[in-house]
Amino acid sequence: MSKNNKWFSVCELSKIYPATGVCALVNDKQVALFRPYNDEQIFALNNMDPFGQANVLSRGVICQHGDALWVASPLKKQRFNLTDGSCLENAEIAVPAYQTRVKNGVVEVLA
Amino acid sequence: MDKMRLAVIGNGMVGHRVIEELIEKSPQSQFDITVLCEEPRVAYDRVHLSSYFSHHTAEELSLVKEGFYEKHQVKVLIGERAITINRAEKVIHTQTGRAVYYDKLVMATGSYPFVPPIKGNESKDCFVYRTIEDLNAIEACARRSKSGVVVGGGLLGLEAAGALKALGIQAHVIEFAPVLMAEQLDEQGGKMLRRKIESLGVQVHTSKNTLEIIPQGTTARNTLKFADGTELEVDFIVFSTGIRPQDKLAKQCGLATGRRGGIVIDDQCITSDPDVFAIGECASWQEQFFGLVAPGYKMAQVTADTLLGNDNQFAGADMSAKLKLLGVDVGSIGDANGRTPGCRSYVYSDESQDLYKRIIVSKDGKKLLGAVLVGDASDYGTLLQYKLNDIELPEHPDSLILPSRDGCGGAKLGADALPESAQICSCFDVSKGHIAAAVADGHTTMSAIKEVTKAGTGCGGCLPLISQVLNAELAKQGIEVKNHLCEHFEYSRQELYHLIKIEGIKTFTELLAKYGKGYGCEVCKPTIGSLLASCWNEYVLTPEHNGLQDTNDIFLGNMQKDGTYSVIPRMSAGEVTPKALSVLAQVAQDYDLYTKVTGAQRIGLFGARKEDLPAIWQTLLDAGFETGQAYAKALRMVKTCVGSTWCRFGVQDSVGLGALLENRYKGIRTPHKMKFGVSGCTRECAEAQGKDLGIIATDSGWNMYVCGNGGMKPQHAVLLASDLDQTTLLQYVDRFMMFYVRTADKLTRTSVWLNNLEGGIDYLRDVIVHDKLEINQQLEADMSKLIASYECEWAKTLSDKDQLARFAHFINSDLSDDNVQFVPERGQKRPAFITEKVPTYRIQLDNALEEETV
Repeated sequence: MSKNNKWFSVCELSKIYPATGVCALVNDKQVALFRPYNDEQIFALNNMDPFGQANVLSRGVICQHGDALWVASPLKKQRFNLTDGSCLENAEIAVPAYQTRVKNGVVEVLA
Repeated sequence: MDKMRLAVIGNGMVGHRVIEELIEKSPQSQFDITVLCEEPRVAYDRVHLSSYFSHHTAEELSLVKEGFYEKHQVKVLIGERAITINRAEKVIHTQTGRAVYYDKLVMATGSYPFVPPIKGNESKDCFVYRTIEDLNAIEACARRSKSGVVVGGGLLGLEAAGALKALGIQAHVIEFAPVLMAEQLDEQGGKMLRRKIESLGVQVHTSKNTLEIIPQGTTARNTLKFADGTELEVDFIVFSTGIRPQDKLAKQCGLATGRRGGIVIDDQCITSDPDVFAIGECASWQEQFFGLVAPGYKMAQVTADTLLGNDNQFAGADMSAKLKLLGVDVGSIGDANGRTPGCRSYVYSDESQDLYKRIIVSKDGKKLLGAVLVGDASDYGTLLQYKLNDIELPEHPDSLILPSRDGCGGAKLGADALPESAQICSCFDVSKGHIAAAVADGHTTMSAIKEVTKAGTGCGGCLPLISQVLNAELAKQGIEVKNHLCEHFEYSRQELYHLIKIEGIKTFTELLAKYGKGYGCEVCKPTIGSLLASCWNEYVLTPEHNGLQDTNDIFLGNMQKDGTYSVIPRMSAGEVTPKALSVLAQVAQDYDLYTKVTGAQRIGLFGARKEDLPAIWQTLLDAGFETGQAYAKALRMVKTCVGSTWCRFGVQDSVGLGALLENRYKGIRTPHKMKFGVSGCTRECAEAQGKDLGIIATDSGWNMYVCGNGGMKPQHAVLLASDLDQTTLLQYVDRFMMFYVRTADKLTRTSVWLNNLEGGIDYLRDVIVHDKLEINQQLEADMSKLIASYECEWAKTLSDKDQLARFAHFINSDLSDDNVQFVPERGQKRPAFITEKVPTYRIQLDNALEEETV
């Protein structure tokens, strides 16, 4: 993680429906934010699908395989781990993952 | 060692089969094979010849896999006819002057149609029914004719009559004997068949001896004169009065022929010359001919084995048959006329349903000798097994044909009761043991079994039985066939449908809590989202349902490769007003959208940014458009031809019906996408037979075809019912769609659904037309609820401010996705390739909270 990373406030938690994702512009990066449950747990990945080279991951379906949570790309359904960005279909590929936290009902991302 | 030179004269079904057998059984071929094929094309399926009228592609009928002969270095001389055989020199001369030398020769010259010596039979209005060329000629003649007659009321004659009727011809059948199909049916059965066929609009004339065809008439081009003094006026005549073995060449070269013709063969299919075999319809075995394909295939097998030095023999053949004539099921087994001395019969007849069933049993009542089935041949498979395997009959043999009511009666033979040697598929001689072995090898689906064993790929009469054997074997070998939706639900889609429906479950969370485990995934979420929509038709984007949908459903457009969306408004039946079209053009221009006519007869606008979708759709909705559901697993569109309103040839208003269908079923979520087609006449310009539902106009109504597919694995739709009025048609479509919604597996198109449906189209017809499951009332009620609750999803979405917020690309900025870039192409735009993209923007955001050093 680079030293230039900063915490950015993104949006109110309530703007993200449980079980869905949204895309945020954070420090020039497109960050996909996922809220799997109706709670304060938020995951963040880079929004770019590395296979299709399009900014679409926030629009994928959140899914569980094994004990982990993933997002299935809406383009060709490859799955990316919400915690570390690793790809279930191809161990050599991963998307950047970011830390998140919720403060006073506002989602913040370290990016 | 030099290869043995093998010549095969004739490339019909049997002539092709012997080559397949040889290649299958000796992979590194020991043979140098040359085939003489008189017809202008390689072997095709004559059993299903009539289907040519509905699809018109010789390829569809072809039995030869593309490249098969080339791959195995079989030399096929197409269009070459053998003129003479010199057995002393072992050489065949063809009409082109070519000499083909052989070490061994297989004659598969087939048969020729017998045309009775009636005066006038050489008229250009007279035809026979055997080759694709014959069918082309008949069809061309039918175009300039109103009426036609088939002379000969046997199996093939009735099939020809059905074909004439389907061509829109007023069809007659003339039979010399007092009953139809005198060879296969008894008198009662023949009468019942006649009643049924006449009720379908084909006129049957029995006990008629045709004397002369006179090329004039007052209402038609020809007049048939009969021995009893009566006459019949028709435009053209098709002869189907039996076949004769084609033994001309054999006679020329001095091979022994039978008293009634045919090349004499022994149990190894060897003729009077030890180096010459004869197989199929040209062969005479113990003074018998076999006009069916199964015995021919058996002879091909015996010949291949004999050539390879394996022991095998031809021991006669069972001439039982099951077929569908003009939509009427007919089955005939063994001694159908009860001619065996001392035999006894059981008869069941139901005139209200035009059903007739008879079984003929041995004197002691223990063995089945024969059977006749008319109107319902579902017992055929079971009865045939009793006959072929000499299985002892139950105490009350009549239970085999009596209808089973309230679960009683109907002592059906389970697959387990059959011996391993029981022949299940007679066309390809596949035994129960073969199928069991295939299952043990891991082929656990119907399609896999068909692929590896060929069972069920001939006439198809044995398919229900194959399915029973398959299931019994799976159970016996402890193989569990899982159709669980995914790791989160140990239920099939069908089971979940029922759970949702019966328990009134309205959300994914509720279903997961009750019947699932874990969180859910990209498989179960959209499937259940679709099921909930199929059951309750609620708006798909409520906060409860939103997370279930694929992106296409969330943003009500198809996501394209670059993350933009398509905009495809509904144009029911392909209709669009010029005024609406100009609004569409304006929108495309304003938002710079790539514009194309899609494969579904409507106009698609591509490259729309997510954040522009609401404004684009608002404009379209204002102009009277509504969503085309191009993004949904639902009815996409109804493709139509111009129809009788404008077309010179159309006989019904196909556009009117298409628009009606599209508006009736739009938006209803189905297991997979559906496409319909309606054609206004038999020319079939809408290509309806390649659709999930295809409707083709007839003079008196609509023919309904179901479960066709274009796409990856093309499949022709099959006729479900004919000459329907509009009310009945809609009723059937309601039932068909709801039954599909209820029972199909996830993401299964109707074609695959039908292929896996036990009992196939006959079962589907029983359910939809005859209400076998007694669920039609429910199906119709469910459908009418769905139809009534339709709303345009775009209209609903635009009326909700919270929904609109979701369309912005960023939740925290009004900027667009700078990675979406276009370049010009052919006067429009296309997504830029990575190498064509310009570097992205750099924007400074001032909401950094604190420095974090990690």
